[in-house]
Amino acid sequence: GPKRQREQAPRSKVGVGKDTQEKETVIPERAEEAKLKAKYPNLGQKPGGSDFLMKRLQKGVFISPPFSWRLGRQKYFDSGDYNMAKAKMKNKQLPSAGPDKNLVTGDHIPTPQDLPQRKSSLVTSKLAG
Amino acid sequence: ERGASGGREKGTVFTSDIISTVEFNHTGELLATGDKGGRVVIFQREQESKHQPHRRGEYNVYSTFQSHEPEFDYLKSLEIEEKINKIRWLPQHNAAYFLLSTNDKTVKLWKVSERDKRPEGYNLKDEDGRLRDPSMITTLRVPVLRPMDLMVEATPRRVFANAHTYHINSISVNSDYETYMSADDLRINLWNFEITNQSFNIVDIKPANMEELTEVITAAEFHPHHCNTFVYSSSKGTIRLCDMRASALCDRHAKFFEEPEDPSNRSFFSEIISSISDVKFSHSGRYIMTRDYLTVKVWDLNMENRPIETYQVHDYLRSKLCSLYENDCIFDKFECVWNGSDSVIMTGSYNNFFRMFDRNTKRDVTLEASRENSKPRAILKPRKVCVGGKRRKDEISVDSLDFSKKILHTAWHPSENIIAVAATNNLYIFQDKVN
Repeated sequence: GPKRQREQAPRSKVGVGKDTQEKETVIPERAEEAKLKAKYPNLGQKPGGSDFLMKRLQKGVFISPPFSWRLGRQKYFDSGDYNMAKAKMKNKQLPSAGPDKNLVTGDHIPTPQDLPQRKSSLVTSKLAG
Repeated sequence: ERGASGGREKGTVFTSDIISTVEFNHTGELLATGDKGGRVVIFQREQESKHQPHRRGEYNVYSTFQSHEPEFDYLKSLEIEEKINKIRWLPQHNAAYFLLSTNDKTVKLWKVSERDKRPEGYNLKDEDGRLRDPSMITTLRVPVLRPMDLMVEATPRRVFANAHTYHINSISVNSDYETYMSADDLRINLWNFEITNQSFNIVDIKPANMEELTEVITAAEFHPHHCNTFVYSSSKGTIRLCDMRASALCDRHAKFFEEPEDPSNRSFFSEIISSISDVKFSHSGRYIMTRDYLTVKVWDLNMENRPIETYQVHDYLRSKLCSLYENDCIFDKFECVWNGSDSVIMTGSYNNFFRMFDRNTKRDVTLEASRENSKPRAILKPRKVCVGGKRRKDEISVDSLDFSKKILHTAWHPSENIIAVAATNNLYIFQDKVN
C-alpha cells in the first residue's frame, strides 16, 4: 500500500513571556540561538564560512570549517617533532625517497633533494591576506 | 530482544583504537572494523558446531593488519591522518576476500587470503630457507605441499593514487564489480579496480571562487543494482541522484531530493542540523535513507519533494543545541543502516545509545552498548531518556547524557539479526536470542 508521511513528533514549546498580555512561544532552537548570540555577539545571521572560522579563531586554534569542510588541517612544522624523528632514525634505516614519491612520511627527515616540488597552494588560508 | 554475544574489550583506552568504521561483508561471514590508528581488524563468524551449539555464530578475530600510515607533508604543513574513514567489501569470487579501505586521501584494495599448506622439500634450499651447497645435492626430489597452521595474510593489491584534494568521506563499490567511486567534500571520482593511476571525475561542485562555496558533498553511494546510478548528499540536507549515462560529468542531477523547510522553524542551527551525515540505499534499491543531526529519513526514489518517513532519533537535543554547537558535537557524523529486509533501520546516538525503528510496526527502541549493562547472553534492556519533569527510576535525564560516548558507526548483518555497534574503542556484537 502507499506509505504515509510519518507525523513529526510535536515539538515541545518553551514559553517566553514578553508581557502579561502577549505570551510568545519560542521553539527550542530559537531559545538556543538566543543563548548562543548572547555569548558570541559577532555571530552572523547566516552560517557561512567566515562565521565558523571566527568561532574557531576565537578558540585560538585554526581548525578547518565545519560540516565536512576539512579543506586540509594546517599544522605548523614543529622542531620538537623533527628532533624526535631524528632520534628515532638513529635506530632505523632511512627509507629512500624514490623519484615517484611525492609525499614524505612522518618518520623521514626531509633533505632538500627529496622534498617535493613546491606546487601552488591548493588551499588558501583565510588567515592569509 | 537482543543478547550480547561478545565484545572486543580492552583494559585501557587508546585513542588510536577508536573505531572509525564497521562493515559486514556480503555474506555476513566477515566483519571488518577500521580504527583511528589506521588498522583493520577482521572478525570471522564461527561455523556451526554440533558439539557447542551455544557458540554458534560468534565472531572471532580473523585478521589484523595496518592499512594506512600517518603521513606528513612538510611543505604544505598538512597532516594526513591514517584513520580509516570507510571500508567496503567486494563480493567474493574465489577463496580470497577483497576489501577497499580508505583514509582521507588514499584508497587501497586489500586481499585477505588463507594459507594452510606450505611446500616442503625444495632442492636448492633447506627447510629454514638457507641455500644448500649445490655440490652436496646428489638426488632430485619433488617438493610436496604439507598442511600447516592456518595463516591469514593481508596484502595490498592496489593503491589508488591520490586523486583527492579534499578529504575522502565515502567509497562505494559499483554493482558492475569493475568500478567504484570515491567522494570528497567537493568531487567524486570513478575508478576501475585495475587502474590505479587514473580516475574519472564524475562530480565537481567546486565553485570558481571559493568564497562562493555554500555546500559540500557529505556522502555518496552507488545504486545496489543499477550500475549507472548513484546518489550523493550535501551539507544543506539535499540528495542528488545522478545517471552516468546522461553525461560524463554528472554535475546536473537526474533527481533532486529536498524537503521544504518550515520557515517558522528556521534558526541559526537549521542548516547545520540539516546536513546529511550518511546516505544509504535500501537493499531493494527503491528507497534511500538519510541521517541528519536529529532525524533519520526514508525517501522513495520516485518522490523528490519530501521523505516518506521521518524518525526522531533524539529530539530532546533541540534544547541543547547551543552547548552542542560550542563543544562541536553538533557536527558529529552519525551513520545509519538498513536490516537485510529493509524493514528496520538503525542509527546511533549519545551516551552509547543506539536506536532502532521498525518501519512496519512504527515501534522504536533505544538500547545501550556498554560493558556494565551487557553480560554475555544477557538481554538488552530498552533505555529511555526523560526530557523533563519527573524522572522515572530507569530513565536518564538529558542533562546526564555523556556526549563523549557517541555511537557513530553501526552495521547490520545482510540476512540475519546480528548487529555490530562501535562505541568509541569497543566493538559490540549483538544477536537475536536463539530459542
